[in-house]
Amino acid sequence: MTIEWYIVLSSLLFAIGATGILVRRSPIVILLCLELMLNAGNLALVAFSRMVGNQEGQVFAVIVMVVAACEVVVGLGLIVAIFRRRLPLDVDDLRTLRG
Amino acid sequence: VEEILFFAAALGALGGAVGVVAMRNPLYGVLALVVHLFALAVLFLLLSSAFVAAAQVVVYAGAVMVLYVFVVAYVGSDQESAWEPIPGQRLLAPLMGAALFIELSVAVLASSLLALGTDGPDVKAGFGDPAEIGRLLLERFLLPFEASSILLLLAAVGAVVLAGRQRASGPGEGAGVPSERFAESAPLPPAETATSPGRSPSEEGSPAPSPTGDVR
Repeated sequence: MTIEWYIVLSSLLFAIGATGILVRRSPIVILLCLELMLNAGNLALVAFSRMVGNQEGQVFAVIVMVVAACEVVVGLGLIVAIFRRRLPLDVDDLRTLRG
Repeated sequence: VEEILFFAAALGALGGAVGVVAMRNPLYGVLALVVHLFALAVLFLLLSSAFVAAAQVVVYAGAVMVLYVFVVAYVGSDQESAWEPIPGQRLLAPLMGAALFIELSVAVLASSLLALGTDGPDVKAGFGDPAEIGRLLLERFLLPFEASSILLLLAAVGAVVLAGRQRASGPGEGAGVPSERFAESAPLPPAETATSPGRSPSEEGSPAPSPTGDVR
């Protein structure tokens, strides 16, 4: 398979993730769709690293995984805090910074 | 064989992604994301990057997804309302997604990267295995590696501060502002309220069973 296939697949996955963020309203599902977009970026990074024949893109992908894990931890902590305060878990209702 | 594996993994990844977007129940969405991540790991192996594939399975499909499952089980999965703040949003959003895909594809395929149409150069046998990536991480990319470890530590402390059960502060209504925010939402048994007025962020949350603290 040529590298083009991987890149096109990656952009398709990115578009699906972006669509999910636009469509869904639960913050958990929006975090899941963010994961989709980050993974699409990872796939593109690894595919380009294979295209160049250089391993540094894979290091980038590993660092992206670390950042994604941090984002998930903080995001889920926020969701738990929102749930504890009995606010609705809906991004259209949570539009102000004040609780 | 490589084509068959690629198309199977690509179908798995696409199906998982569509499942994440389309599933009503967030728990099923998490499971669809697990399928997606495993398919992506197969794609990483096809691109001869073994370490990234292993990290994908262990870190993502293992640890992060368990965190998601715990939070979904804690929060519960109620249905989203069908109310649309912008009329026609559910119809417009896939169109925007399709436009984004076409735009990205045109941007990539119409670029002058000649090596896009090839399989990539021949690489040596150890390309992308843990020894090579580890050498890169510890020599050339040592500073980003350490910075990411600090970032992980900060995220862990932040999650404990955000989600940890806050103690109501000491006796006599002397509640400070930060603990007062949480005091109304997390009612505590009265035995715990008079324990420690002075607290540090690292020690709170560790005795209390917080859902994120269980996983880590």
